[in-house]
Amino acid sequence: MIVADKKPIEEIIEEVKDKHTIFIVGCNECVTVCEAGGKKEVGILASALRIYFLKEGKEVKIDEMTLQRQCDHEYLEEIRNVIDKYDAVVSLACGVGVQFMAEKYHSIPVYPGVNTCFMGVTEKRGLWAERCQGCGQCILAHTGGICPISRCAKRILNGPCGGSSNGHCEIRKELDCGWQLIIDRLKALGRLDEYEKIYPIKNWSFERSGGPRQVVRKDVQE
Amino acid sequence: MRLKYPANIKIVRVPCTGKVDILHILRSFEKGADGVYVVGCLEGDCHHHSGNLRARKRVEQSQKILEAIGIGGNRVQMYNLSSSEGARFARIAGEMVDKIIKLGPNPIKKAKQATGASGC
Amino acid sequence: MKVKTPSKLEKILASGCLAVTSECGPPRGSDPEMITRKANLIKSHVDAINITDNQTSVTRLCSLAACIHLKLMGLEPVLQMVTRDRNRIALQSDILGAASFDIHNILCLSGDHQSFGDCPQGQNVYDIDSMQLIQTVRYMRDEGKFLGGDNLHRSPQMFVGAAANPFADPFEIRVPRLAKKVAAGAEFIQTQCIYNLDKFELWMKMACDRGLHEKVHILAGLTPLKSAGMARYMKNRVPGMDVPDEVVKRIAGTPKEKQPEEGIKICIESIERLKKVEGVHGFHIMAIEWEEMVPEIVEKGGLYPRPKVE
Repeated sequence: MIVADKKPIEEIIEEVKDKHTIFIVGCNECVTVCEAGGKKEVGILASALRIYFLKEGKEVKIDEMTLQRQCDHEYLEEIRNVIDKYDAVVSLACGVGVQFMAEKYHSIPVYPGVNTCFMGVTEKRGLWAERCQGCGQCILAHTGGICPISRCAKRILNGPCGGSSNGHCEIRKELDCGWQLIIDRLKALGRLDEYEKIYPIKNWSFERSGGPRQVVRKDVQE
Repeated sequence: MRLKYPANIKIVRVPCTGKVDILHILRSFEKGADGVYVVGCLEGDCHHHSGNLRARKRVEQSQKILEAIGIGGNRVQMYNLSSSEGARFARIAGEMVDKIIKLGPNPIKKAKQATGASGC
Repeated sequence: MKVKTPSKLEKILASGCLAVTSECGPPRGSDPEMITRKANLIKSHVDAINITDNQTSVTRLCSLAACIHLKLMGLEPVLQMVTRDRNRIALQSDILGAASFDIHNILCLSGDHQSFGDCPQGQNVYDIDSMQLIQTVRYMRDEGKFLGGDNLHRSPQMFVGAAANPFADPFEIRVPRLAKKVAAGAEFIQTQCIYNLDKFELWMKMACDRGLHEKVHILAGLTPLKSAGMARYMKNRVPGMDVPDEVVKRIAGTPKEKQPEEGIKICIESIERLKKVEGVHGFHIMAIEWEEMVPEIVEKGGLYPRPKVE
C-alpha cells in the first residue's frame, strides 16, 4: 500500500484558516489501512478544525466524506454535485489522490492533509515500513526476494557496504541492513553462490530519473 | 458511602475505557465541555486485557490535538482506579474540577460570547 | 604482475616491495596550503597519498583539486572517489579530468551515508555503486570507451583500487566480497583500519586460499590511536570498526600523557606482525589529523627508505 502519515494539524490550519466552507475528504484504501486518512481520521480532523474555528469565533462550515478511492475518476465523480459549495478541500488521500482531485476540480483549492511517505507494509500496527521504490524494473528474482533499492540506505546493487554491523544499517541501529537480509535469504534458499555475481549498472530510466512515468496498456484500453 | 463529588460533572458510562475514542473526547469540547477525564480500571486489571491502556494512548493523542489547536492539552486527563475506591473517585472529581476552574472555561465559549453567537 | 599504467604505486607493488601509502583529508575551506603542508610532512616516507572525498559526508575541498595540488608538487596522489555525490556523467567526467593531470591512481568507494555529515538533508545519488565504479574506470581505461559506448580520446591511465573491510558484517561474505571487487577489476585494495589482527589474519588466509593475493595487491590499513577516548570512540561509534578490548585496555592502562606514544607503538607492532602475513603487499597508514607521526611510524616499522622507481 501507499503509506502516509498525518500532517501536523497546525500546518493544515495555516492553509485553511481564512476559508468559510471546508470539505474534508478521506480515502478508503491505503491511507485507511495506515490510519492516516480514512473515515476515522477525517472525523478527528473535522472535529479539531471545528473546535479551532469556534475558539477563533469564526463560523466555518466543515463537512466530511470518505470516498472509496481518490485515484479513480468514478469515485471522484461522486462529489461533483457538492464540491462547488466549498471554498477549500482538504484531501486525506495520498499525494496521488490530492492531485487527481485537483486535476478534476481545478477551480477549488485542494490541500493535502497527510504526508505521503512510501510504498510499504504494516509490520505491526503502528509500524509501517518501506518495501518498494517503484524502480520500474524489478530485480527481486536475483536478490532472494528482498529489494536492495528500497532496503539499503545507499541503494547499492552489490552490497553490503562497510557500514553493516550486526545486521543493522550504519545510519540507524533499528534499521535492518538490507544486504544482510539478502544474504541470509540466499543462504536459506541454498543460493549463496549467486552472491558473487556482479550486478551490472542499473538502467534508472524506468525510475524517477526517466521523468514522469506512464504505463500504457493497449490491450486493456477502451 | 454517600460520598459527595461536584455536581458539574456529567458522567458518560462506557463498558470499558477501551471504548473511548479520540473523537468522543473532541466532540465533547466541540459541544462546549470545559474538561474531560477518563476513569479506567487499574493498569493490568482490565477485563478486556488492554482497554485502559488504549484509552490512555487516546487521551494522550487528544491532549496533543487540543494543545495544537489552542484549547489546552491539560483539559484532558486519564485516571486509573479500582471499583472499590469510591473515596478516591470523589477526590479525583474534586481535583479535576479545581484544575478546570483554574484553567477557566473552554475557549470556544469565550469566543462565542465575544461574537454574540448563541450558546451550544 | 605486469604493469598496466604509469602509476608509481603500481610499479612499486609490481616490483615486489611493500608499498606505503597514507592519506590527507582536504581542508574545510579553500586554502591550498593546508594540503601542501600535510603532504610535505609525509612525502618522503610514502609512495602515494590518498586524498579523501568528502569523508564522513562532511563537505570539504574536492578530492580532485587536492590531488592536482599534490601532482603539481611532484607527488603521487590516489584520487578517492565516492559514488554518493555524483551520477555516472559526473564520475566519468571527473575521471577524465583527473587523467588530464596524469593522476594515475583511483580508489573507488561508495562513501559514507550523507546522514553522518554536515548536509543530512541532502540527496544521495548512488547511480552506481563502488563495485560498478571499479568496472567503469577499468572500462574507460581498457576499452577506451564511455559507459554509453562511445569512444573516448586518450583513455585514463589509472591503477584501480578499492576498499575492503574485513571486519564488517556478515563475516562469511567478506572474502567473497573481496573476490567480487577483484572480479570487477580492482588491482589494489586498501583495508579498513586493523586493530583485530587475529581476525585480519583469518580473513587474509581465506583470501589466499582462494588465490586472491595473486590477483590483487592488499595494503593493510592502520590508524594509530591517539588516546583511550579515541579507541573507545572507534570501538563503539564507528560502524564496521573492530577494536578488541585488549587494545582499549592497553591504551587506557597507560598514563594519559603517554597514550599517544603507546598508540604509535601498537601501530608499529602491527606493521611488524602484518609484514609476515602472506598476501599483505603494503600498508596504508591513515594518521587522522596526525600526519606528522607518519614518518616515525614508517621508519620504526622498517619501511624506510622508500624504493625509487623511474
